[in-house]
Amino acid sequence: MTQNAISVKNLTAGYGRRIVLENISFDVPQGQILTILGGSGCGKSTLLKHMIGLRTPFAGDILLHGKSIVSSTGNRKRAIMRRFGVAYQGGALFRSLSLAENIALPMEEHTKMSREEIREKVREKLRLVNLDGYQDYMPSDLSGGMVKRAAFARSLALDPDILFFDEPSAGLDPLSSASLDRLILDIREKTAATIVVVTHELESIFTIADRAVMLDANTKSIIADGPPLELKKHSANSFVRLFLNAGHDPADHSHEGGIHAGDK
Amino acid sequence: MRRRDDMTSRNSILLQIGDVSCVIWQETLSLISFIGEAVSACADAVRRPRKIRWRETLFYMNMCGSDGLPITALICFLTGIILGYQCAVQMHKYGADAFLPGLVGCSVVRELGPMMVAIVATGRAGSAFAAEIGTMKVSEEIDAMRTMGFLPERFLVIPKLIAMALTIPMLTTIGDVMGILGGMIVGHASLGMPVQTYYQQTIEWVAPEYFFESIFKSVVFAVVITLTGCWRGFRAGNDAIAVGKATTSAVVISILFIILCDTFLAHVFNTIFFG
Ligand SMILES: Nc1ncnc2c1ncn2[C@@H]1O[C@H](COP(=O)(O)OP(=O)(O)OP(=O)(O)O)[C@@H](O)[C@H]1O
Ligand SMILES: [Mg+2]
Repeated sequence: MTQNAISVKNLTAGYGRRIVLENISFDVPQGQILTILGGSGCGKSTLLKHMIGLRTPFAGDILLHGKSIVSSTGNRKRAIMRRFGVAYQGGALFRSLSLAENIALPMEEHTKMSREEIREKVREKLRLVNLDGYQDYMPSDLSGGMVKRAAFARSLALDPDILFFDEPSAGLDPLSSASLDRLILDIREKTAATIVVVTHELESIFTIADRAVMLDANTKSIIADGPPLELKKHSANSFVRLFLNAGHDPADHSHEGGIHAGDK
Repeated sequence: MRRRDDMTSRNSILLQIGDVSCVIWQETLSLISFIGEAVSACADAVRRPRKIRWRETLFYMNMCGSDGLPITALICFLTGIILGYQCAVQMHKYGADAFLPGLVGCSVVRELGPMMVAIVATGRAGSAFAAEIGTMKVSEEIDAMRTMGFLPERFLVIPKLIAMALTIPMLTTIGDVMGILGGMIVGHASLGMPVQTYYQQTIEWVAPEYFFESIFKSVVFAVVITLTGCWRGFRAGNDAIAVGKATTSAVVISILFIILCDTFLAHVFNTIFFG
């Protein structure tokens, strides 16, 4: 039996009394690249924070490799967390540590690798994102795009089998963005990792994603689920078509121009 | 947010008291649970000392200790001068000049030394700890630590705690000596007491146990300052203004706790140890 890498079951989540996501369910099979789409503020980061166990949902369950991250605590939760990597929206590099130390930290703490092995591994990860040579830079001395790439490299430190990226290519130049897309495909090729990417970049959605899940702020739930190219052409929801066609709905010629999320 | 403030201000005094008690109750609960986590992190560190981040510990020792030494020494020295001067003026009236070294020595070593060092350390280190952890929270660094499978409490609190518990007693000892020196200068300058006499008098009055009291208190204060600073940092909200608030509250709460502890310890030392 093949187990789903991630399964989200009837998730209802929010902040305080406010519900942001309501009764969401989906499964991600091993090795799939899933993108989570949606307008700003619709709850993409919120969904991600629940999947990585930083917040407890109001209701529902989330299983990673069959183990519930919602109901486990303490050491068991940390053991689940060690098996995935996360690159945060703002990078979240440790500012008191250099780039190399940032990437070495999880290896120092969780593996028995020697100093030499770690140094070599750090170098290898940095080379992947074109940052070899910047080992001794502090995060504050890097540009925004470099921080993003470094965060990406850090999420790969322990060669995890699930990866979560929150807007990895936002704010990158087109070349770095394209090379990051290639890198994501490459990682999947080599390690068969399951990858969940939150992104707005249409280009990268169509390049990397096997499947797109689109959230909506009004309905608080999933309004589209499927391969992005298919959704682009044949989605029943006109907002989904507009979103994926950058505002030009191929099925509706009277409407050229902007996205009107409000009017359905 | 503003609307809520307006509403509460229009409400009756009883409601406001209720509100404040609720906040205090919640904060107390969070403090207790934070102390619990810190203690379990300490136990973990004792069991596996190799896992302690020694490099960070050295960094904080440098920050709290050597970087803070000049200002701490200066403040203690000036405190000694002020105390000596005020006493000299009063005691001279009664011809009690000879008691000046004892009075200054005992006050500085038993009370003012540890207290002054703790207050300077609160301003320098306690606030820095709160700001550091608060900023890390805003920039999702704490989240990143958790999802890497680390315990942020162990990572962030233990090095600071070790550094403070080692450096503050040293600073206090130096501060005590500086305070006595300050008194000596006043005694020499305004009462014409020979330095030699002042020194002998000090030794006669200031028992070695008093230095033990000084050091004991300073260790307690170091723990209080560190835990309060870190606790306020972890409790900070998610924006830059919240970090500022966390820093302010770290300083205020920590000074309050220091004085409370000192009250208690003064009583304990006077009745139990020197009773
Ligand atoms: N810490 C928080 N406390 C309260 N509400 C929050 C918090 N974080 C997010 N929200 C609310 O939850 C909703 C979803 O936020 P979220 O950050 O998940 O959006 P997003 O889809 O990631 O947007 P973006 O594309 O801009 O990153 C927003 O309306 C926001 O106001
Ligand atoms: Mg987001």
